[in-house]
Amino acid sequence: MTSDPFVIAGQTLSSRLIMGTGGAPSHEILAAALKASGTALTTVALRRLDPTAAGSVLDVVAELDIKVLPNTAGCYTAHEAVTLARMAREALQTDWIKLEVIGDDKTLFPDPVELLDAAETLVDDGFVVLPYCGDDPIIARRLEQIGCAAVMPLGSPIGSGAGIRNPYNLRIILEQSDVPVILDAGIGTASHAAQAMELGCAAVLCASAVTRAKDPALMGAAMAQAVEAGRNAFRAGRISERLYAEASSPDYGRMHLHR
Amino acid sequence: MSELITVTLNGSDTQFPADTSLADVVASLGHAPSQPGVAAAVDGQVVRQTDWSDTNIDGGQHIEILTAVQGGSR
Repeated sequence: MTSDPFVIAGQTLSSRLIMGTGGAPSHEILAAALKASGTALTTVALRRLDPTAAGSVLDVVAELDIKVLPNTAGCYTAHEAVTLARMAREALQTDWIKLEVIGDDKTLFPDPVELLDAAETLVDDGFVVLPYCGDDPIIARRLEQIGCAAVMPLGSPIGSGAGIRNPYNLRIILEQSDVPVILDAGIGTASHAAQAMELGCAAVLCASAVTRAKDPALMGAAMAQAVEAGRNAFRAGRISERLYAEASSPDYGRMHLHR
Repeated sequence: MSELITVTLNGSDTQFPADTSLADVVASLGHAPSQPGVAAAVDGQVVRQTDWSDTNIDGGQHIEILTAVQGGSR
């Protein structure tokens, strides 16, 4: 098989499965899930320093030699997201940022106006911006045009586990994009990840689907297999769908019985 | 006895001596200022870790000290 590197902003990552850390019941369970997933890039959130907190998610990630990707989860305005991204850069010494600017509490859909504003400011400020966006091809195109290093459309609402609700829009985004398209949000189980990869996504991001599974480590391994299988199927080139059967055995040379 | 100032530290009113630096504030939360993984902002402006010792705190300022935690949206 020819090599098939996954590259973001010039950096090659050894896995096409990006993991989130939210939802894991403990650092030990998180560590087991991350390890089983084989991920090379994992998101963390930034919150107020709690003097009573035991251990750090950063120790878990460092122990496994995983690159850390800070996010701006919890931000509702461009101003908040830009400030948080700058704090993340200071705290974690990385200019990579998973940009999330949420529009409302109930859907956790991104606010496209605030998102574009924040993305533009952060790109100008030298960040490698990976924006969580809706499955709207126009927003995805605008984000690419202003210099985002990837686009991360949702499959369905964050934490819903509903999979890819609009594969047609995702196909349009995939067709038009020259930066990696990473499916973010909505994955519930392994077949969703495989579907995203079969459609041509460069990677998928999973958090709750793994961390809130009954057995997070086993689901992490399942996601890794699904991502790999989906990618291989995409590269192999699937057959086209037909309404009627097409026999795979030759018609010639069949026996003919005489009564 | 030195004068005390009150700042809003991570959302709570907190008192410090008048000659407190940002490094002292970070240390007050149990984090060694030389250790990585923490960021600070004063009145919405991010202050680089290398400048914490030279940044004096004034009463009434809003100080946010953040670190990485498990999490995605929310």
